Amino acid sequence: MSARNRELTALVPVALLLTAGFAAVFAQENSNLDDASLLFGAYFLAVCLATHVYLRIRLPDADPYLFPLVALLTAFGLVMIYRIDSGLARDQANWFVLGLVLFALTIHFLRDYEVLERYRYTIAAVGILLLLAPRLPGIGEQVNGAYLGVKIGPLAFQPAEFSKICLVVFLASYLREHREVLIVGARRVLGVTLPPLKHFGPLLVVWGASMFMLVFIRDLGSSLMFFAAFLALLYVATGRFSFVVIGMAMFLLGAWFFASTVPHVHDRVEIWLDPYAHPQGSGYQILQSIFAQADGGLFGKGFAQALIVVPGTHATLLPAAQTDTIYSLIVNELGLFGACGVVLIYLLIAARGFKIALLSADGFSKLLATGLTAVFAIQAFVIIGGVTRVIPLTGVTLPFISYGGSSIVANFVLLALLLLISDRARREARELGR
Amino acid sequence: MNRQIVRLFGLVVVLFAVLVGFTSYWAVFDAKALKEEDANKRPLLEQQQIQRGRILAADGTVIARSVPKGQGANLRYVRRYPEGSLYGHPIGYSFVREGDSEFEQFHNDELVGNESEFSSILDELRGRNQEGDDVATNLDPAAQAVALEDLREAGFGAVVAIEPKSGRVLTMASNPPYDPNRIPYDLTELNENVVEAPLYNRATQGQYPPGSTFKVVTAAAGLESGTITPETAFPAPSPLIVETVPLQNDFNTSYGPISLDTALTNSVNTWFGQLGQDLGQDQLFETMEKFGFNSTPPIDLPKNDISGSGVYSEGHVLHRDDPVDVARVAIGQERLAVTPLQMAMVAAAVANGGKLMKPQIWSRVIDPDGRVVKRLDPSEYSQPISAETAAELTTAMEGVVSEGTGTNAAISGVPVAGKTGTAETPYNESCGGGTDENQAWFIGFAPADEPQVAIAATVECTTQFGNDVAAPIFRDVAESILNGG
Repeated sequence: MSARNRELTALVPVALLLTAGFAAVFAQENSNLDDASLLFGAYFLAVCLATHVYLRIRLPDADPYLFPLVALLTAFGLVMIYRIDSGLARDQANWFVLGLVLFALTIHFLRDYEVLERYRYTIAAVGILLLLAPRLPGIGEQVNGAYLGVKIGPLAFQPAEFSKICLVVFLASYLREHREVLIVGARRVLGVTLPPLKHFGPLLVVWGASMFMLVFIRDLGSSLMFFAAFLALLYVATGRFSFVVIGMAMFLLGAWFFASTVPHVHDRVEIWLDPYAHPQGSGYQILQSIFAQADGGLFGKGFAQALIVVPGTHATLLPAAQTDTIYSLIVNELGLFGACGVVLIYLLIAARGFKIALLSADGFSKLLATGLTAVFAIQAFVIIGGVTRVIPLTGVTLPFISYGGSSIVANFVLLALLLLISDRARREARELGR
Repeated sequence: MNRQIVRLFGLVVVLFAVLVGFTSYWAVFDAKALKEEDANKRPLLEQQQIQRGRILAADGTVIARSVPKGQGANLRYVRRYPEGSLYGHPIGYSFVREGDSEFEQFHNDELVGNESEFSSILDELRGRNQEGDDVATNLDPAAQAVALEDLREAGFGAVVAIEPKSGRVLTMASNPPYDPNRIPYDLTELNENVVEAPLYNRATQGQYPPGSTFKVVTAAAGLESGTITPETAFPAPSPLIVETVPLQNDFNTSYGPISLDTALTNSVNTWFGQLGQDLGQDQLFETMEKFGFNSTPPIDLPKNDISGSGVYSEGHVLHRDDPVDVARVAIGQERLAVTPLQMAMVAAAVANGGKLMKPQIWSRVIDPDGRVVKRLDPSEYSQPISAETAAELTTAMEGVVSEGTGTNAAISGVPVAGKTGTAETPYNESCGGGTDENQAWFIGFAPADEPQVAIAATVECTTQFGNDVAAPIFRDVAESILNGG
């Protein structure tokens, strides 16, 4: 079976899940199966099929499983968001369509994605500027002590979501060119292998700048995500585990420093270590997140059965259910089994992403695919780990599931890049095989 | 670079496994503890939205029910107790803010309809909302009312009535009572009232000296072990020096050689003291334990609301090896502390040919469609004595009522077997510290030849004797049950 036919086949279970999910929410809320709601599901499928056809024409050799897996997550997210608030779900559906438009545009204009290499410093600068934007007067927005959003007229978005792609592109490109000298030029100082400063400098500058910005705009989750992606790429490019160790040490030092000097970071760590200290205050979100999971058990309470607000009031029981804690809501309603399914989908996407990197012939493609996959997987880890108290809770979105336009659009651009790399790698492999 | 990519993927697998591990911990392994956290209001909020099942008396009288308040998303259920204080004990209460107690707490799972996880999935597939089951009790409304009314006149105390052949608890009353409907308003006040302690179920938590009613246990041990037969006779002088302290009979009467019937009829202390010494601590404790002493009674109430019975020292039950004055244990003195429930179990075992059935308040669980989903299957707790010993004891206990110390328990036309008890409780702070206060008891069953009910009645801090104040309660409650049945 050709790659595209496999993709089409794989979209069938997505259709079934979406239909079943909406049906379950309808049944629970005793609302009539009104036309608008059913059309909603039909549109989703139509859009998926259109995308499939587009891929069939433009990227016939691209990985057949990535798009169905992503569609699955999106469908799942739409059902969960619909269950929280049908208005939010309509927004999310619009973002989904916009995401696919950008997805198609990326594929259209970046067929030769090596051009990205030429503009790597520009891209790095754009990434840093994007991060800086929320602190700019007039367009910046502060939410919960963090400067995450930008609002220009009617358009509001979270630049960190796009910035992560810029950073990965820059790192992949820079490391492709300098990996040899980073390896060869490494010197042993006091038994530790250190990278040559001359070639490592620019990396440190970019990394340091982004770290500074992240602390400056207080987006801890993205900071963690960026840093992990940086280390992952550095390790893959150089094969030097010692670089990772040095990086970790630097991170721990930085973390300790920020935790003891920046109150915002300090609070997050304190809440993580002892959420019961202020169960009604700062610890409320993480505690409610865990209580929601405890309420779910093995099989969950079923779609639309969990409590999000205190009945009869507007008091929130599970704060930020549509964004930060959507995973907790999934555990609550679909149980441990449902949550394992979600984690498994992320793992499968990561597996396909790394597979693309393995298949790619040239260094840039390899590093770019690795970086994009790593940053995606780490994002999922940071937020799921946050709501399950593996690490301090920081507000990043759960890719393709959480409510949020920037997240869904940026991740579709990320997916487009992965598919572009995949299409070339698989075509070359196929031609070589013949 | 491929090797590093594979390793990186390995790391991602490990990280995701950690996520699954933590999720499993919160959702499954630690879930029970998390649900009990004070900060976690979910279980309460969810229960509040479930229509809790009703609690019914034996004749179908509604003891507790939930009424809806508000509509739509505001819908909540609030507990109501139409009979007020009549069933405050042993039913208890259940409110979101104040928590729950006694029968309401013990049978919570049935009342809120908590079935196994699997059947709740089936319900979900069928689109059913969780609804509580009704729980019917064995409580007899007429007898319950008589018991509480009599206690109100006699003083603080408790009455427990059990159907001997099944262990069904027909009556359980504790005075002073409380009205569970008042719990949301008066809980703090009720808790702070340590003198009257209305929230304290004296029937299952009151630890009282049993006095002479315990002689039934001593006699059972004597007959069962073969230490005596109904014909064994020996003198019972008064006073008799036991453990260097003189032991006296009522009015300091000395008796020549007498057998069990005479000794029990006249409640002769020195006779039973000697029997206790002949039996020895091992033998006496063995029989006690078979009757249920030294362990938590097997009744359907939460452990916090029931106490064990036995010889207590500083809050701990003494066992066979601990030093006790066995002669004084044998006549219900020493440091014996027993619950009315335990003494009712003693009477019920004798009445049931020596077989002690597990006392149970519930009788049926009925689902919202009216189907009986569970029914009480009476089960044996132990057989402390043989049928022969039980028959011999019954004869002796009939003498107590017909011609001995317990004549006020007699019911016309019905043979009654029983035993009085009057334990002196001077300088007891809870009685005001006077010198004349007694713990008055009566335990027994009727009809003696075909027992339908076994009862323990006790009144605390009274200046009267068991026959004066406890035996009439026995009679009234027994009559009510026999007439009703």
